[in-house]
Amino acid sequence: MTLNLRGAYAIWKNEVMRMFRTAFGSILSPVITTSLYLVVFGAAIGSRMELPGGVEYGSFIVPGLLMLTLLTESTSNASFGIYMPKFTGAIYELLSAPVGVVETLVGFVGAAAAKSLILAAVILGTAALIIDYEIAHPVLAFFYILLVAATFSLLGFIIGLWANSFEKLQIVPLLILMPLTFLGGTFYSIDILPEPWRSVSLINPVVYLVNGLRWTFLGQSDFPIAVSLGATVAFLLICVGIIAWIFKTGWRLRE
Amino acid sequence: MAMSDVILDIRGLDKTYAGGVKALTNVDLQIRKGEIFALLGPNGAGKTTLIGSVCGMVRPTGGSIEVFGKDLSKSWKAIRQRVGLVPQELSFDMFDKVIRQVRYSRGMFGFPPDEARVEEVLKSLSLWDKRDVSIRELSGGMKRRVMIAKALAHEPELLFLDEPTAGVDVELRRDMWRQIDALRERGVTIILTTHYIEEAEEMADRVGVINKGQILLVDDKDSIMARLGRTEAHFTLEKPLAEVPATLTKYPLHLEGEGTCLVYRGGDGTGKGKREIADLAQQLVREGLTYTGLETRDSTLEDIFVDLVEDNQAKETVQ
Ligand SMILES: Nc1ncnc2c1ncn2[C@@H]1O[C@H](COP(=O)(O)OP(=O)(O)OP(=O)(O)O)[C@@H](O)[C@H]1O
Ligand SMILES: [Mg+2]
Repeated sequence: MTLNLRGAYAIWKNEVMRMFRTAFGSILSPVITTSLYLVVFGAAIGSRMELPGGVEYGSFIVPGLLMLTLLTESTSNASFGIYMPKFTGAIYELLSAPVGVVETLVGFVGAAAAKSLILAAVILGTAALIIDYEIAHPVLAFFYILLVAATFSLLGFIIGLWANSFEKLQIVPLLILMPLTFLGGTFYSIDILPEPWRSVSLINPVVYLVNGLRWTFLGQSDFPIAVSLGATVAFLLICVGIIAWIFKTGWRLRE
Repeated sequence: MAMSDVILDIRGLDKTYAGGVKALTNVDLQIRKGEIFALLGPNGAGKTTLIGSVCGMVRPTGGSIEVFGKDLSKSWKAIRQRVGLVPQELSFDMFDKVIRQVRYSRGMFGFPPDEARVEEVLKSLSLWDKRDVSIRELSGGMKRRVMIAKALAHEPELLFLDEPTAGVDVELRRDMWRQIDALRERGVTIILTTHYIEEAEEMADRVGVINKGQILLVDDKDSIMARLGRTEAHFTLEKPLAEVPATLTKYPLHLEGEGTCLVYRGGDGTGKGKREIADLAQQLVREGLTYTGLETRDSTLEDIFVDLVEDNQAKETVQ
């Protein structure tokens, strides 16, 4: 037996069903968040913001908002997804089943990414009700969203494996991801920052993610798309590498 | 034992946990196809660690494991698809429904959906009526059945049951024993762990005794029971004796407490010990040897381990 595709699908389906057991809350919360951000930042503050290239602030922050939700939801869903079986002991079944790295990743990371895609659609739909915006490169935007969802679901998976308490599960998103997201040009262009803060921002990976997504939406951003895309793919590969190592050594999985 | 009969072949298995606990030491164990094998041992003996080494929860630090004639470290995927495990602890997504968990297990092991099979498993464990109930609403015993149903969903040829009857009432325990029998009828090889001699006696074809990470002996149930099923009786005598009276030497007796306590230690797991003690009590009365107290107890696993360990040490010193 080489690849247990049925196993991967079973895990994926189980995860998707688990996440949508609380479907109402899962969908409602990004709808509310997006609406609030758009009304407060977009409508109230946005009218006083000047942006490079004369872009409307409302359409400027849509990709930023989308990125914010993608990062937090992908990370938390994937980390929770793999942490729960460790916590309840149900991980025994995964370990005793004919499932390896690929099946586990397709299952857990695939499910978290799928949920993120659905949320992305919900957010874009909500935003469309509040403001007018256009997507310059819709196909590229879709693939970029997919890439970001997959990358941060992988990151979440690593966090979920690493965490051995609920506290640790919360700490990475709270202490690292949130600041990086807010300081990563989600709601502003880093070109408006004074030095040295602009240069400091360049080591923040989220800057490239947001700008990549923004480029697919607006056709322009702080960096060329190739730079953003390269940084995102590099981040994805680092996550895959770490996970491959985890499965090889059994770290935090097998005693 | 012909090699073709061996379904699981463990050689020189060692496990030292990260913290330094040596849970298994040079374990050799061969399981025959189609048998029910009971692994008997006290808390912390290494039973769960041994099972975990085969089923993937534990990474052994030494030794080799072959299942179905294949090396586990190489052909683990093909092997795992044919092995089932019911762990000691209840562990699953408590908020899920019974039938969905069983379907999930079947899929995870790479089998196509088969509602007839799922229904059969649930019915055989009297869970069919509860199939749409959220697992957390079930009683402990029923939850344990769900664990078994999950393990049976992919029709394993080799099944591990880690303390299947822990925390289960007498009726459910008998029910469980019947289930295990039914599985044997279908040709499933079963390895179960237990603390209870009676359970090993009721269920197993062969028994292995494990203590402190070492297999002390492996033998047919009957021979083991003869060694294990001992009864002890302490008669507190009114007047101390200098030696065991000649008329009583047919019994396995000795004196303790400066002749004030007559101790019987015998039996073979068939109830012989209890019969002999009853006979002995009557004979004491007939011979006017008055006793003021009588205490009997069946030998516990601990006694047996002490015996076995002493035996082993004795053998080692002889060699
Ligand atoms: N994850 C672990 N890390 C460190 N030590 C462990 C771990 N799991 C078990 N041990 C130790 O290994 C030894 C064997 O434990 P194991 O669980 O295999 O025993 P057991 O025979 O199954 O006991 P029980 O009958 O109580 O279930 C014990 O000393 C135990 O404390
Ligand atoms: Mg145990």
